[in-house]
Amino acid sequence: MEVVILQRFLNTNYCLFVMQNKLVGKLLLALMFVFTMGATANTHSEPAGLDEDARTKAEIKEGIDHHLIDSYEFTITHGVSMPLPVILIDNGVHIFSSSEFHHGESIVEKGGNYYTISHGKIYKTDAAGTITYAEPNSKGDVYVSNEKPLDLSITKNVFMIILMALFMFFIFKGVSSSYNNQLPTGAGRFLEPLVVFVRDEIARPNIGEKYYKNYMSYLLTVFFFIWFLNLTGMMPFGINVTGNITITFSLALITFLITNVTAKKDYWGHIFWMPGVPKPMRIVLAPIELLGVFIKPFALMIRLYANMSAGHIVLMSLVGLIFVFKSWLATGPVLGLTLALSVLELLVAALQAYIFTMLTALYFGMAVEEHGDH
Amino acid sequence: MEKLIHDFSVGLFIWQSVIFIVLIFLLKKFAWKPILSSVEDREEGIRTALDEAKAAKEEMAKLKSANEDLLKEARAEREAMLTEAREIKEKIVTEASTTAKDEAAKITAAAHESIKGEKEKAMVEIKNQVAAMSIEVASLILKENLSSDANQKALAEKYVNDLNLN
Repeated sequence: MEVVILQRFLNTNYCLFVMQNKLVGKLLLALMFVFTMGATANTHSEPAGLDEDARTKAEIKEGIDHHLIDSYEFTITHGVSMPLPVILIDNGVHIFSSSEFHHGESIVEKGGNYYTISHGKIYKTDAAGTITYAEPNSKGDVYVSNEKPLDLSITKNVFMIILMALFMFFIFKGVSSSYNNQLPTGAGRFLEPLVVFVRDEIARPNIGEKYYKNYMSYLLTVFFFIWFLNLTGMMPFGINVTGNITITFSLALITFLITNVTAKKDYWGHIFWMPGVPKPMRIVLAPIELLGVFIKPFALMIRLYANMSAGHIVLMSLVGLIFVFKSWLATGPVLGLTLALSVLELLVAALQAYIFTMLTALYFGMAVEEHGDH
Repeated sequence: MEKLIHDFSVGLFIWQSVIFIVLIFLLKKFAWKPILSSVEDREEGIRTALDEAKAAKEEMAKLKSANEDLLKEARAEREAMLTEAREIKEKIVTEASTTAKDEAAKITAAAHESIKGEKEKAMVEIKNQVAAMSIEVASLILKENLSSDANQKALAEKYVNDLNLN
């Protein structure tokens, strides 16, 4: 029951995102309503056989875990969720609504194959829904070892990415066409300084005047994409896109590819044959430098993922404390702390977008740097 | 690390990469290029306007100094003209007064001359008149006195006496 209240709290207590553009706002609202029509009721099975305290903590942990991972349905508020399309490629394409899983309780049969959801992922199974587990690893974690189909489902995160892409496209297209006598109007007055910030504070100093223009499109897109998605993470509906390792992997991979594809001769020269150091040292440095090529985007991936996930975990854990303490006295301080951390998270949302973009620009700068002789 | 790998979802990765790359190109065409070019145009416009303002300011300063020079010149010229005018005035006044004095002296002299002439003429006239009248009176007296012998004798005697006295 506490989790119900926890989720309600999360869904209602966050500030609402202010729509920059009326048209986009209406579009999003319309989409919301269309999908809510197909919403179904949702029941939770409560773990039994535990004492009350342990059960509360287990429920809070489950709630947090559930919030962090991707999902096949979009939970509007507790008990009201809209199913999203599942697309499986497994001997042909199977497209069906995630409502057929009945929130993971049913096994779905398509084209002679059986599918089930375990821990937020679709696995192939048999008619009885058997799930096999691999041997526990050194830490004692147990993972499902069932075969997975290629899962191109429109999950909650994919749905959010599509919405965000549409939102960004219409917002920034609106900004670009709002110029009147070289001055932006409407949302552009707020967004243009940020565009100029990315250009003058991130791209120019790190990449240099000569090449920065080639990278502006990627830097701007990645900056606003991460920032807006970080902010949607502060909204209700339990959205956690940038705190997902797959998303940050994809972003870091694109940075990695652009860096190495556009790199100039000097960049590779510095990796494999470092100028200005004795020859034996060059041989030692080459593998280290080469490793650095991969570590840099890897750090980008982990940094964004860890920061955003941690923010969500800390906030939800704080709210969970209310139910652990079971005392109204705890509510005030905990809410105060939550508010303070929410404000901090707003800062982190912008900061992480800035850091990701900034480091990306730095790597681009290294790739195109033209050295004189050392 | 194993958990991260386990969390990785191929489907989500494909969706994210495709949507994101498409988004980059769409925004590049429809948003970033027009926005950045607008910003650059504006910055260029501001730079040009500032340069122009600076040039105009310099032009103004130049014009101002030129104007001041002109003004100074004009002032000097006016001064010169005024001085000249004053000198001319003085000269004219002096000349006029000199001429007037000479003229007056001439007129006065002529007047004196003519008065003197008239006076002499009048004197001559008067002398002639007096002489005529004297002769008339003398003739009348003589006529009277000499009408008797006694008187003639008396007179002759008187003259003789007077002559004797001399």
